[in-house]
Amino acid sequence: MSKVMVIRPRAVVIGAGALLAMTAVAVLTLGTGDFPIAPADVVKTLAGQGNAAQTFIINELRLPRVVTAILVGMALAAGGAVFQSITRNPLGSPDILGITSGAGAAALAVVILGGSSTALSLAAITGGIGTALLIQLIGGRRGLQGYRFILIGVGMTAILNGIMGWLLTKGVQMENARALLWLAGSFDGRGWEEALPLLGVLIVTIPILAVVCGPGLRMLEMGDDVAAGLGVPVKRLRNGALLVASLVVACAAAAAGPVNFVALIAPNIARRVTRAPGPNLLPSMAIGALLTVAADWLAMHSGYPLPVGVVTGGLGGAYLVWLLISERKAGRI
Amino acid sequence: MLVLGIGFGARFLSPGEVWSGLTDPGSQYYRIVHEMRLPRTLLGLLVGLALGLAGAIMQALTRNPLADPGLLGINAGASAAVATSAAFFGVATFSGYVWFALGGAAAVTALVYAVGGGRAATPARLALAGAALNAALYSYVSAVLLGNTASIQKVRFWTVGSLASADFDTLRRLTPFVAAGLVIALLAARPLNALSLGDDAARALGARPGLIRALVIVAVTLLCGSATAACGPIIFVGLLIPHLVRPFTGPDLRWMLPYTAVLAPVLLVGSDVLGRVLGSPGELQVGVVTAVLGGPLFLYLVRVAK
Repeated sequence: MSKVMVIRPRAVVIGAGALLAMTAVAVLTLGTGDFPIAPADVVKTLAGQGNAAQTFIINELRLPRVVTAILVGMALAAGGAVFQSITRNPLGSPDILGITSGAGAAALAVVILGGSSTALSLAAITGGIGTALLIQLIGGRRGLQGYRFILIGVGMTAILNGIMGWLLTKGVQMENARALLWLAGSFDGRGWEEALPLLGVLIVTIPILAVVCGPGLRMLEMGDDVAAGLGVPVKRLRNGALLVASLVVACAAAAAGPVNFVALIAPNIARRVTRAPGPNLLPSMAIGALLTVAADWLAMHSGYPLPVGVVTGGLGGAYLVWLLISERKAGRI
Repeated sequence: MLVLGIGFGARFLSPGEVWSGLTDPGSQYYRIVHEMRLPRTLLGLLVGLALGLAGAIMQALTRNPLADPGLLGINAGASAAVATSAAFFGVATFSGYVWFALGGAAAVTALVYAVGGGRAATPARLALAGAALNAALYSYVSAVLLGNTASIQKVRFWTVGSLASADFDTLRRLTPFVAAGLVIALLAARPLNALSLGDDAARALGARPGLIRALVIVAVTLLCGSATAACGPIIFVGLLIPHLVRPFTGPDLRWMLPYTAVLAPVLLVGSDVLGRVLGSPGELQVGVVTAVLGGPLFLYLVRVAK
């Protein structure tokens, strides 16, 4: 088995294009707010040439939010890409499998109990990984492929949503507004204290997923037997990759709340445009970042204090419906 | 179960006390029973009946053991419509809600059926189409709620699925909708049996597949829409009961529907009682209890299915 990462020109071009588009939207977002700043001035300020007011507004107030959005988008897309690759299914994203709901339910419990933000992050991570293990336990006996596994996720999501609903009725009004906002997924008031830990997690996990797991995952897509014949330690690779991916997704949820469907859409788009097999990790991440930043920009311009998760949820639901129809036409479900 | 439903609460009443509360206006329990416990229990009955029947006829129509009005997003459609009416049009009463809820339920029923592939729908397709619509609709609901902090408080309990807001007025208005749905469902039982043999066989037996599908969709809309308007989205009742009933009655809907109509309310009122016992001195909303009870059954069904 070759351990070399294959560099595909098409994937590189698409990844770079997505990053470029994301930067453009990010610059627009940085200029948006009660104090509008022209895009040219934003670029100048980022390069360290702006005046004092602009520097303060951009570097202190707006940049942390945008950076968090970018990192969350990348993390969700990376997790989603690995999940979809392992389940060999474009619908096998952590949102549908209930990983995000697990993180949400655990974090909500902490919000209601009035815990600190560190406790909230830890709870979200524990909840996400716990749900992943549980799904594996319930569905794993006969492998992780196929729609049965996805349906188990749907069932888990339903149970967890019930629990979340109950938790919501337990809190008092103030905490509920906070909890609902967290649950919808929002970048309001997110700053370096959310962004930096997530950046750390990404720096550690992405090389593991891309370099260590990537080639094996690509072979795993040809079927367990073929992969095993090519020398891939199927079980260990799958469990390990699943665990790392769950960690990444749960950390993203801990930073910004469950931002719905980025993990579903980004890898799907990446796969369609790069036309490459395997998890398409890096292009997915670029597209995920573009999606989140763009959704955040849309949410800010809706004329209504809309959290970003609602925008991605609506878009993602529509995309999912379309995906189901096209999957059906292709005869895959 | 009825007696239990009336008896349990912040103040426990024994069956004897329940009886005296029901019949004797002079009894000290008369007010508790008549003003609080009785409407709640009756509402549970009606809603359970509605959701159970809706689940049973949907499972028959789609030939799909996983069909459930909650899982397929129909209740979410009704919720989205109700949230819209509460936030933007200031509707606050059941008789206002119910029309919006019916519209939402009808739209989603048609949509999920179309996305799921109509006649060619498989269990997995329908469940996934439902999951997609659920996600989109609930994020819409939370968007609407977040825009109106005042309505969070008002609709908060409603979005979980709770019987707590029961009163006789709601009951009186809910009854005609459920009754109409019940009648249509019972009328459709025979032709639905024929339809389960496939369209061609059904036609040979004198049934009209198009008409039956339309009738069933109308019945599901009436049942789910009105039940959701009354107490919010309650999941898994429509899934659970037909599965519990089928081993005893066989697949014949003419037997299944009456049994469902008896057992589903028992489950709902039972879940409500359980929620009140477990959650005392407050309560665990009935929607939460059914989700936690029904979820594992769903997982089991998926696990044993091929």
